Amino acid sequence: MLRREFIAGGVGLGGLLLTTFPGRAIAAEELVSTLDVALKKRLADAAMGAARDAGARYCDVRIGRYLRQFVTTRDTHVENVVNTESTGVGIRVIAGGAWGFAATNDLSTDGVATAARQAVAIAKANAKNQTEPVQLAPTPGVGEVAWRAPIVKNAMEVPVKEKVDLLLSVNAAALAAGANFVNSVIFAVNEQKYFASTDGSYIDQDVHRIWAPFNVTVVDKATGKFRSRDGLSSPCGRGYEYLDGKASDKVVLPGGATVYRNSYDMKEDAIAAAQQARAKLKAPSVKPGRYDLVLDPTNMWLTIHELIGHATELDRVLGYEANYAGTSFATRDKRDAHFQYGSPIVNVVADKLQPGSLGGVGYDDEGVKTKRWDLIRDGKLVDYQSIRDQAHILGKTASDGCCYADNWASVQFQRMANVSLEPGKAETTPADMIAGVENGIYIIGDGSFSIDQQRYNAQFGGELFFEIKNGKVTQQIEDVAYQIRTPEFWNACVGICGPADYRLGGSFFDGKGQPPQVSAVSHGSSTARFNGINVINTARALG
Amino acid sequence: MILFTEDQARAILTKVVAMSKADECLAGLTGSINGNVRFALNNISTSGVVSDASLAVQVAFGKRSGVATVNQFDDASLERCVRRAEDLARLAPENPEFMPALPKQVYRETPTFSAATAAITPEFRAKVAADSIGPCRASKMTAAGFLQDSQGFEAFANSKGNWGYQRSTDFQYTCTVRTDDARGSGWVGFNALEPSDFSAEREIQTAIRKAGASSEAEAIEPGKYTVILEPVAAAGLIGFMFNFFDARQADEGRSFLSKKGGGNKIGEQVFGPQVNIYSDPWDKVGAVVPWDGDGRPRARMDIVKNGKVAALDYSRYWAQKQGKAAPGSPGNVIMMGGTKSTAELIRSTERGILVSRTWYIRLVDPQTVLLTGLTRDGTFYIENGVIKYPIKNLRFNESPVIMLNNIEELGRTVRVPPDEAPVPIMVPAMKLRDFTFTSLSDAV
Repeated sequence: MLRREFIAGGVGLGGLLLTTFPGRAIAAEELVSTLDVALKKRLADAAMGAARDAGARYCDVRIGRYLRQFVTTRDTHVENVVNTESTGVGIRVIAGGAWGFAATNDLSTDGVATAARQAVAIAKANAKNQTEPVQLAPTPGVGEVAWRAPIVKNAMEVPVKEKVDLLLSVNAAALAAGANFVNSVIFAVNEQKYFASTDGSYIDQDVHRIWAPFNVTVVDKATGKFRSRDGLSSPCGRGYEYLDGKASDKVVLPGGATVYRNSYDMKEDAIAAAQQARAKLKAPSVKPGRYDLVLDPTNMWLTIHELIGHATELDRVLGYEANYAGTSFATRDKRDAHFQYGSPIVNVVADKLQPGSLGGVGYDDEGVKTKRWDLIRDGKLVDYQSIRDQAHILGKTASDGCCYADNWASVQFQRMANVSLEPGKAETTPADMIAGVENGIYIIGDGSFSIDQQRYNAQFGGELFFEIKNGKVTQQIEDVAYQIRTPEFWNACVGICGPADYRLGGSFFDGKGQPPQVSAVSHGSSTARFNGINVINTARALG
Repeated sequence: MILFTEDQARAILTKVVAMSKADECLAGLTGSINGNVRFALNNISTSGVVSDASLAVQVAFGKRSGVATVNQFDDASLERCVRRAEDLARLAPENPEFMPALPKQVYRETPTFSAATAAITPEFRAKVAADSIGPCRASKMTAAGFLQDSQGFEAFANSKGNWGYQRSTDFQYTCTVRTDDARGSGWVGFNALEPSDFSAEREIQTAIRKAGASSEAEAIEPGKYTVILEPVAAAGLIGFMFNFFDARQADEGRSFLSKKGGGNKIGEQVFGPQVNIYSDPWDKVGAVVPWDGDGRPRARMDIVKNGKVAALDYSRYWAQKQGKAAPGSPGNVIMMGGTKSTAELIRSTERGILVSRTWYIRLVDPQTVLLTGLTRDGTFYIENGVIKYPIKNLRFNESPVIMLNNIEELGRTVRVPPDEAPVPIMVPAMKLRDFTFTSLSDAV
């Protein structure tokens, strides 16, 4: 489930502004160094040797250096700049047919060997109560390989001053355009991950992510009304080049809103946000009822995430997340019965390959080479997302490659891959799609979201809402949320725009597990149309 | 070294502060050991212990500040950390909202530590799992649950002589029980001050009973209903509302506590007259440390009195700017109630819905604090003072502000079990009129 808060600055202790993320705070220059690969191999071999000697039949070792930088600003000044590093080794073993895990920040051969032996001891203790031994789908050893995210500019190499100057200029532009308040942030992540296993793999990967959110608020003091608009960018698996704001990456939508593809013009979006937030103060309130909805990819990504991404995670289907993130209505009997999850034009694929995506990587955290696979084909439920120790449950002989741990000290487990709606085959544009709608609402950007524990009943908001009447965008409206039931919603999908409209959205903070772990994931789609959807009016009066 | 005694912490922190060449220095030391056991499908799925200790150093040259942290405590590491913070501070932009470090404060210790909780063993955790799973298996039900216990300390010192040290423990248990035919679901949660307060064998019966009682649910028409919210269900919505009790946000005109034309609603009747909410760091059931994140001492304080807003949360900077007093930010929330049990509230209800739990609550509109979420794990239709039958879960769109103006009756205040609440919350069960359900959910 998506976490509902994002605390960029952190919590205080006696006046200190600490980060909420694990790791020690370091200087910006330290963010560009890496650990020597030969050292990592030596440590991995020491761990695997010790695990084998202690009786493990399988062992994997993750040596991770997790770097994060946050630059947060408010109106005319910088609130905080934090650089953190967390480095250590996580060791997983199978002994006696059960899993054991231990982690240490001691990067010495003795330190990792001790942790490996601890992991085996834990596995043997767990084995006493195990009712079924772990069954691990095979995966080939790949020898010594490397994967690097195809970034152009390492965000960690860009001086803090440049980021501060950008954010303060974004804020100034928003304030000049009519905003009363603006918060803007640059959040950069680098995962330097080394994976080794007794299958014969030594995989060195360098993963980069970036997110540049902002929020603009306008206040009408006389009426007491206030409205906000969040930025329309998405977090993505790119370097600092994402903030280049190239003209070729801009898309002007029907109704006049601008959205962005592979690079982002934050200042332009902030100015638009201020103007559109002002318009929200005066926009008419929606008349509740059934409408044909046209959803931009900046809104679709969250709906795909909640209603298909989560519902098809196998461990949820089986009941392992019942006490935290929930279960799923998409039970295995439905797959066997070729359940019609959506209309025949709905095709949804999972992958950890798309360039520029948050989930894209060469190998997952179990050493499985990443791939692309169908979840829904011609509207029918065909598959789930599973990892090495689950594949046999579905009668599969290989993992889908979506295992992930958010830190060296966390245990890797099944996490959502990128899950995306395939574009329509014909090159329909959003303008073409809107021309065919008589009574509809066009929704851009994501807002509120809430889904039940089996992923049936959901309610979604948005950032911008436009009325569509007789094929034309007429005016901006307010107070819109759509309430749906998952299979009826996807079966109401009557159109998907073509490949030229396809864009990625995503989240930095998907939450799962106890204790909880986070994971970043992207969702691609083109603009899509859903007929006869229930829209409620969210305005209320207090006192 | 993870858990430092007060003397050990003092030795390190005074050394660190003395090392600094900056205009001021704050140093904070924390350490914790967290144990857990997770179970699902009537088997333990994971268990572990995570321990961590960290020193953070913040220095300031004028209004420029920098922070560095380290998790090694030899002298060379401490010095490196202090110098790193100083380098960052010299490069940092001036912060116009910078507040100087606090001089020595007086803190009175609060009851946040239980030695018995700190002594919990893996065997204890495994037994809690077994005592939860056994009865579920016997009732043809499936348990998924989580026990997390922790012990830790926090300490801080600064170059103006302020000092604080306190140990804390925590014990949180939750368990979801589903019938094997997947038609019923129940949940139980428990915060224990002492492990001896807690019995998994006893608590699991609540979840088993609700799972059984919630099967064969009937659909009812969404709409406005009288509801009885069990304390944890009420806390889900009321807790959310406290995100908006910030004075600056209200003064800036962007919260439900902003006044038209400017200013905030302190002193105004925003809630029904039965609403009394306060904070008390010494509360026996939900104690928190006696200082806030800025090091200001916490005291018992009224937040809402007889429905009128009594206090908003001021940062040190905003209090200075507005010329207001700046008491320590509250660490817990306590709402006063009546004397009735939930069963008594049910008996006096002609027609209504009993809600065990509210879930996936998210903000829809900050203007009115409109929230949406769903019921789950035991939703029942009441008629003429008795529970008639279980009903299918419902989505609501409701504002806690409106809710607290529609109070019919309040039950007894209890500490609510852990359920997405970041701070200890003590609320009563409450009977409310005109609670807005907007659609049905098929989810069990």
